Amino acid sequence: MSGLSALSLVYIALCYGAAAVFITGLVVKFYGYAATPAPLKIPTTPAPTTVPGVIARLAGEALFFTSLFKGNKWTWAGGYLFHATLALALLRHLRYFLVPVPDIVAMAGPPGVWAGALMTLAVVYLYMRRMTVDRTRSISLFADYFALALIGLIGLTGLIMKFAIRTDVTAVKGFIMGIVTFHPVNIPPDILFLVHLPWRWF
Amino acid sequence: MAKKIETDELTGEIVTPNIEPGATAHYKPNLAAQEHNESLGFPGSKIEGWEEKAIGRMGELLSKYRSLKVYMDTCVRCGSCADKCHYFLGTGDPNNMPVARQELMRKVYRRYFTPGGKLLPGLSGAEDMTGKMLDEWFSYFHQCSQCRRCSVYCPFGIDTAEVSMAARDIMNSVGVGQKYCNEVLGKVLDVGNNLGMEKPALANTLEFLEEDVEEESGVAVRYPLDEVGAEVLLIAPSADFFSSPHIEGFTGYGKVFHEAGVSWTVSSYASEFANFGMFVGNFETMRKVAQRIVDAARELKVKRIIVGECGHAWRVGYSFWNTLTGPFDFLDPKHRTPTHICEFTLDLIKRGVIRLDKSANDDLNVTFHDSCNVARGSRMGDKPGGQFDIPRELIRSVCNNFVEMDQDTIREFTYCCGGGGGLLTDELMELRVKGAMPRAQALHEVMERNGVNTMAMICAICKAQFTKVLPSYGIGMDVVASVHQLVSNAIILGGNRGV
Repeated sequence: MSGLSALSLVYIALCYGAAAVFITGLVVKFYGYAATPAPLKIPTTPAPTTVPGVIARLAGEALFFTSLFKGNKWTWAGGYLFHATLALALLRHLRYFLVPVPDIVAMAGPPGVWAGALMTLAVVYLYMRRMTVDRTRSISLFADYFALALIGLIGLTGLIMKFAIRTDVTAVKGFIMGIVTFHPVNIPPDILFLVHLPWRWF
Repeated sequence: MAKKIETDELTGEIVTPNIEPGATAHYKPNLAAQEHNESLGFPGSKIEGWEEKAIGRMGELLSKYRSLKVYMDTCVRCGSCADKCHYFLGTGDPNNMPVARQELMRKVYRRYFTPGGKLLPGLSGAEDMTGKMLDEWFSYFHQCSQCRRCSVYCPFGIDTAEVSMAARDIMNSVGVGQKYCNEVLGKVLDVGNNLGMEKPALANTLEFLEEDVEEESGVAVRYPLDEVGAEVLLIAPSADFFSSPHIEGFTGYGKVFHEAGVSWTVSSYASEFANFGMFVGNFETMRKVAQRIVDAARELKVKRIIVGECGHAWRVGYSFWNTLTGPFDFLDPKHRTPTHICEFTLDLIKRGVIRLDKSANDDLNVTFHDSCNVARGSRMGDKPGGQFDIPRELIRSVCNNFVEMDQDTIREFTYCCGGGGGLLTDELMELRVKGAMPRAQALHEVMERNGVNTMAMICAICKAQFTKVLPSYGIGMDVVASVHQLVSNAIILGGNRGV
């Protein structure tokens, strides 16, 4: 591994470490749930009676947060905006992970930038809401604020790199492709990128 | 009660209160006595080293119920449920927000079952299982009526009822039981019903009822007990045998069977539909209570089981019986087991088997209170939403005047009466009164606007709770009615055409 700076070594280790924790965690959790019995039927009303009904219900919950919509329109609006724009921004970011860049990812480029901006605003809104509504303030944990702050910081540094202090995207892609192909190279020593990258570690 | 319980003024509006930490920390049910705990196989009183034992039991439950595991992991504290609980709305105590109630267990879960909580308890919101924590558990897990309204609004479908059931089971496992539930369970397992009513008393009651109906109507309607070979075993909540307006509903069941020409019987061995085993979250206790009904059905050689108006028991019957005590292959497969009395009666009406004079209910202006466990824990009939539509259709077919309450307070959004989940006990009266606030507001609105004077329902706990607490809001207990009481009023006896 000669030729890699100490900084790069730390970041490379963290990237792989984070990926390992993430994947292992998911597998362990999923296996744990799958291996645990569910002896009693616990309907979540309104419960569908058919398989297509169940699929529609699940899709509605996963894609449109229907229960949250019933529960609190403001939280739904902020939460939905956040998740939708995050999805679009992530899609755009695939350009750093794929060669050649697929058309759909290329197309997500320009709207992905604005999605990133909206996402950051949505995070600020969700943070403010959590802090100002007396009910949510009383139930919020350090981890709840921390996750939001972290994502907000990622959004912010991303936007700065896009609109103000441009980073060397070729070098960034080189570094990420190095990670993805298991041939790590030196990380571009751009402080904004160094802050922007660590989202996976948490 | 010596002290008058302070209640919100009725305006028809359900207002979310500001939080008031600790407002109801002092509400606690009475501790169960040694004999009651031991009769259910729990330690008589708080055991030595209970902390470790409690964590052990939690681990067992986490490995037995996927639901609990998922519920402990997935909450993101979005707050969607926070203003949905009737006890929070009525008391303002932040621990009565469903999310906070769950957090009482989640804090402990994180401490003992997650890496983050083991390593960095401070940052993860993890806490030790201590006497103080147990105290909070005993208080706040007995301020949950397991009505599941919060689960309707949760983006992950987290069900606080399951959490409070698990918490109560853990507490029972270390000898910290709740008196009301454990005492009642002792009676049902010992005598056959929650009231501890022995067979002679039950026989007397039924005889008296026969005389009463005959005197009033001139028709000899039978209320049979322990008749081997009857077609139907009727399992009713035991309050139906004596309380009002429960017994008016029970009277109605008998008239329906009479007009249908269907032979039926009550069992003295299993004279209770209620199953508090669910409230204390103990599978084995719940199974034992349910098993009595199966045994009685075999003993009496009936073809089908029809159940009376009881909310949580309908959930146990509809959703759990098959797992607990099934299969019911010794019964006639033509019929659903269990069949709800509302399905049975509505079917007869639709087929023109029983004749009705709707005008007998013309002095009533009726609304319907969906009982939580029927609404959110079960279904009825063969269509989605049958648990909402069947009782309504039945009421409309026997009454001319029917009005719905505010749509945010009915069907799957219904508010608990405030006395469910094993909280129907006097020492929790303040909680019960305050928890009835949302329903009282919605009822008040239709009373003012539409002249509603009757709130019909199909749950024994709801009936007992409302007759007791509505007067605190200035609403008379006579508004509370059984659905089969309305049927009973309208049915034309002697019009028997048979099935």
